[in-house]
Amino acid sequence: MASSASAALGGLLQRDALGLWRRRGELLNPILFALMVATLFPLALGPEAGRLARVAGGVAWVIVLLASLLSLDNLFRSDLEDGSLDAMLVSRQPLSVLVAGKIFLHWLATALPLIVLAPLIAYALGMPARGSGTLVLALVLATPQLSVLGACAAALTASLRRSGILLSLIVLPLAVPALIFGAGAVEASLTGANALQPLLLLAAGTVLALAFGPLVCASALKLSAS
Amino acid sequence: MTTPMHPLWLWFHKTGSPPEFYRLAGRLLPWFWVLTVVFGVVGLYLGLVRAPADYLQGESARIMYIHVPAAWMSMFIFAAMAFFGLLALVWHVKISEVLLISAAPIGMGFTAVTLITGSLWGRPTWGTYWVWDARLTSELVLLFLYFGVLGLFHAFDDRRKGARAASLLALIGLANLPIIHYSVNWWNTLHQGSSINLLAGKSAIDASMLWPMLLVAVASKFWFAASLMQRARIELIAMESGKDWVQKLLPAAVPEEPNP
Repeated sequence: MASSASAALGGLLQRDALGLWRRRGELLNPILFALMVATLFPLALGPEAGRLARVAGGVAWVIVLLASLLSLDNLFRSDLEDGSLDAMLVSRQPLSVLVAGKIFLHWLATALPLIVLAPLIAYALGMPARGSGTLVLALVLATPQLSVLGACAAALTASLRRSGILLSLIVLPLAVPALIFGAGAVEASLTGANALQPLLLLAAGTVLALAFGPLVCASALKLSAS
Repeated sequence: MTTPMHPLWLWFHKTGSPPEFYRLAGRLLPWFWVLTVVFGVVGLYLGLVRAPADYLQGESARIMYIHVPAAWMSMFIFAAMAFFGLLALVWHVKISEVLLISAAPIGMGFTAVTLITGSLWGRPTWGTYWVWDARLTSELVLLFLYFGVLGLFHAFDDRRKGARAASLLALIGLANLPIIHYSVNWWNTLHQGSSINLLAGKSAIDASMLWPMLLVAVASKFWFAASLMQRARIELIAMESGKDWVQKLLPAAVPEEPNP
């Protein structure tokens, strides 16, 4: 029944949001990581403004991509270990809907702060201000897709004791299109070319990921729970 | 009352049983090897000795008789893996789990050969061993996808669970492969106005160069089939080492300790 599914989803989101709030210190970690990596680039490449400005958009993208991988590891593991996943499986609610809710919460908690931070990083690296609107728009369009891909990988590796590098190995090749079109859109808006095409492609990818991702993710979770 | 099974389904189920598959694969193996050698020797002889040298790139273009078939195989095997993965996930066919896991290292090998021959070919053509060319870059991403599938499989203690996780990842990978390929092409045209295409004028390729390539491509298909059968047989023995048919087949085989 639809109403009981939405009640289950609401309950799950409430519980997860409370968990996130109680461990709110951890939410800062991806942001701190992003700031730290952003500091490393001028140190490695030299402080010369022109050189940094040329790579700023791409660097901001890579930083967001890497930072968004950090918190994936624990997305489903605690649910698997404390039995919540079994409760979800026997609850007769569609697992894909519950999973979609969890992915949305994960996006709110990790991707959204990074989207806010990205233009600051790009600005600090000397990217011209006219690119930052496109950067934010591209991130808004692409990060749901990255969250879905990451969640699928997290679901596949949830029953493993350690999954750190494996998770990146699985997610990063699949994230290549998002990175290319996202950084390409920023590049296009900086060089005066039309950024609409890559942005539309990003949107298309996100629509596909949102449509099929939760289903794939749910079947991966069932595999992990079996 | 049971309805009689359609002969095709019957064959499918029979072949899907490990001992039956083991025997069938053993019977097919020598034929696959013979066909590999015949097609491979003829194709390579025609390509490396008889075919004319490329008018632009000279003798170095002969590497394409290995590079191009290997590149085809690298993608073909990933698609085959996804197909086996689908069989494994939907119909729980145990043999297709074995085939998926056995195919992955072979596909990874072909991908590595493609990258190595591509970079060797790049040296005389571009003057450098590595260029961020669209084809080479997609091939590199494909190699990482293979690493992911194999890494995921080996991370599990339970082989069957690992194989099923790898099946799902192979399917996700196959769905993403065209998108990755397209995005890398888009990226390449965005950043490089003109680059020498390794296969420029491929459509206008002369028959004396096309035939050897096709023969080597057929040989590589049989090579894949032969290695797949060989690997699958070994994997089956490892997976089923406690079963009766393995005990009868290999009386000396010590059963593996069951996982706690």
